[in-house]
Amino acid sequence: MAPTTESRVLHAPMKVEFDYTRSLGSVLSPFMSALKQHSVLGGVLSDGRVVVPPPEFDPITHDAVTDLVPVSDHGTVTSWAWVAEPVAQQPLEKPFAFAQVLLDGSDAPILHAVDVDSPADISTGLRVKVRWAEETTGTIRDIACFEPAGDSESDGSASMDFGPPEVTGIISPVKLAYDYAASPEETKFFKGLSEGKLFGQRCPKCEKVYVPPRGACPVDGIPTTDEIELPDRGTVTTFCVVNVPFQGQTIPIPYVSAYVLLDGADIAFLHLILDVEAADVRMGMRVEAVWKPREEWTTDLNNIKYFRPTGEPDADYETYKHHL
Amino acid sequence: MRDVAVVGFSQQQMKELDGSPTCLEILVPIIQDLYQQTGWTKSDIGFWCSGSSDYLAGRSFSFVSAVDAIGTLPPVMESHVEMDAAWALYEAWVKIQTGEVDTALVYGFGKSSAGILRRTLALQLDPYVTQPLWPDTVSLAGIQAREGLEKGLWDENAMAEVVARSMSDAEANPWAIRKGATSVEDVLAQPLYADPLRRWDCAPVSDGAAGIVIAAGDKAFEARQRPAWITGFEHRIEPIAINARDLTVSSSTASAAAKLNGRLDGVDTAELHAPFSHQELILRNALGLADDVRISPSGGALTANPMFSAGLNRIGEAASRIWSGDSDKAVAHTTSGPVLQHNLVTVLDSQKGI
Repeated sequence: MAPTTESRVLHAPMKVEFDYTRSLGSVLSPFMSALKQHSVLGGVLSDGRVVVPPPEFDPITHDAVTDLVPVSDHGTVTSWAWVAEPVAQQPLEKPFAFAQVLLDGSDAPILHAVDVDSPADISTGLRVKVRWAEETTGTIRDIACFEPAGDSESDGSASMDFGPPEVTGIISPVKLAYDYAASPEETKFFKGLSEGKLFGQRCPKCEKVYVPPRGACPVDGIPTTDEIELPDRGTVTTFCVVNVPFQGQTIPIPYVSAYVLLDGADIAFLHLILDVEAADVRMGMRVEAVWKPREEWTTDLNNIKYFRPTGEPDADYETYKHHL
Repeated sequence: MRDVAVVGFSQQQMKELDGSPTCLEILVPIIQDLYQQTGWTKSDIGFWCSGSSDYLAGRSFSFVSAVDAIGTLPPVMESHVEMDAAWALYEAWVKIQTGEVDTALVYGFGKSSAGILRRTLALQLDPYVTQPLWPDTVSLAGIQAREGLEKGLWDENAMAEVVARSMSDAEANPWAIRKGATSVEDVLAQPLYADPLRRWDCAPVSDGAAGIVIAAGDKAFEARQRPAWITGFEHRIEPIAINARDLTVSSSTASAAAKLNGRLDGVDTAELHAPFSHQELILRNALGLADDVRISPSGGALTANPMFSAGLNRIGEAASRIWSGDSDKAVAHTTSGPVLQHNLVTVLDSQKGI
């Protein structure tokens, strides 16, 4: 994660989050529906073994698994590992054990967490029982974890009569956190922005100027080493008018998103064109950057609020046709 | 079948890359080094293939920026696998077998330190009943290790021997991240971290990249006097459901070895991709290696395990020993997925012929 000594490149925390919505099939729908009702189902394989969680297809014959039977909410630990440093979204936030638990009435173990305070409190052979989540919704997390069962006996779920599955889909939230680092070339670019400068880099071989700079020239495959300061004005090479409202939109529609070819650059730069009617933006229009007030500058492309027309005559098509 | 040989290998491994997850800055020198080793340039390479992961990089299409390292204008014939680059090498080998190209350059890269690796890897598990619990790779390996320990298939000493040998061998490897001559007693004196595992039983989180060049037939001799001929290449996969497998054996590795049908006979060196000490014991058994086979002379994955290139490194390390004459016949093994789910076995020989 974040380096302790001063880094040569810019770092920033980054979160990637996405709720995966998944449909369940003919095996997992009844399995999840049963969990919601505090019951555990196993799948019966062709050799008669009962497996929890039930697989959708028999691993040997590849036939669809169709026979589901209730198993106990009590079982025995068959193997385990201590989790001294739990990570985000695991079943318990304090140290615990991940374990394989063979539920009574099944022939293959289920992987889940066991809530014990230390490695001394768990061993292979330990009797455990399901601790149900406070609110069950029809996911594997309806089993909050397992806990030592002591002398308790299962109430048994074998008598429960299940109707048609009520749970046919699940949402799996994924939340990942990164320490995201810019490349050395990007770092120069972002540091330049914090001083109101636009830095590009030139390929030492083909002499093309890239802004923002890239780690390597895509033509020659060698680092773009020569630093170039570019002006904050250029030519619109192509653009689109955004007319469609979307979630999180901050600029009133219609507005223009454009490729601006900064003077002296060999690759276009994507930004907004404002201070002009969207209908009046055109290829070849000369534009300049509008910067935020200096005291608001950070190492961020948002230091440039947008580009606006300079009022100069349009650029000659010949000057930018190679960049379309 | 066409005769195909490994003729170039270059790598960089580090504990923490202070740079972007595209790893461009370490890929560029690797690819330049491969040109120097082979005497070839971009126009001599017929096919390109890479291995990396968007989840590791924290960005979608993570391989797209990395292709700048090879220079893709004018366009090149390129492909990508979301697996260790050893599988990219397999794809390139198949491409050469089609007769469409004679040479290929394969590379893999990953910045494991950008996130929490053992957590990120939970995303390769079944997404319905396992991944939502976020079981981390270390815990799953711990469950696997304990099962073998309690069945009496191996003991703490055997695991510590693997660690001590790996760290001692890694002294000679400039790229190793964890190294230093160590004894079984030193290893056993370390505290348990993820009981039954010590930290040294688990590969260190590593960043890095690697590249390999392969070539067909006589073309290989343009680049190497003693090419490392690929005389066997097999991969197998096991079910995603952890409870559908016997974790104490690697049936897919054994199945790949059986398919090689005697081509492992006479192997003198094995580079095994075992990110946990007990997994080396499982793999040795699955491959049926003789007691005198030299195991992972590079120090192996326990001393550096850059995601998406560590498996390719095993093939590169094995090939290097063929080139130098230290080995006449070597086997390289690569794993991917949770607790040895996928396994790829590559046989490298100083002699041609499948």
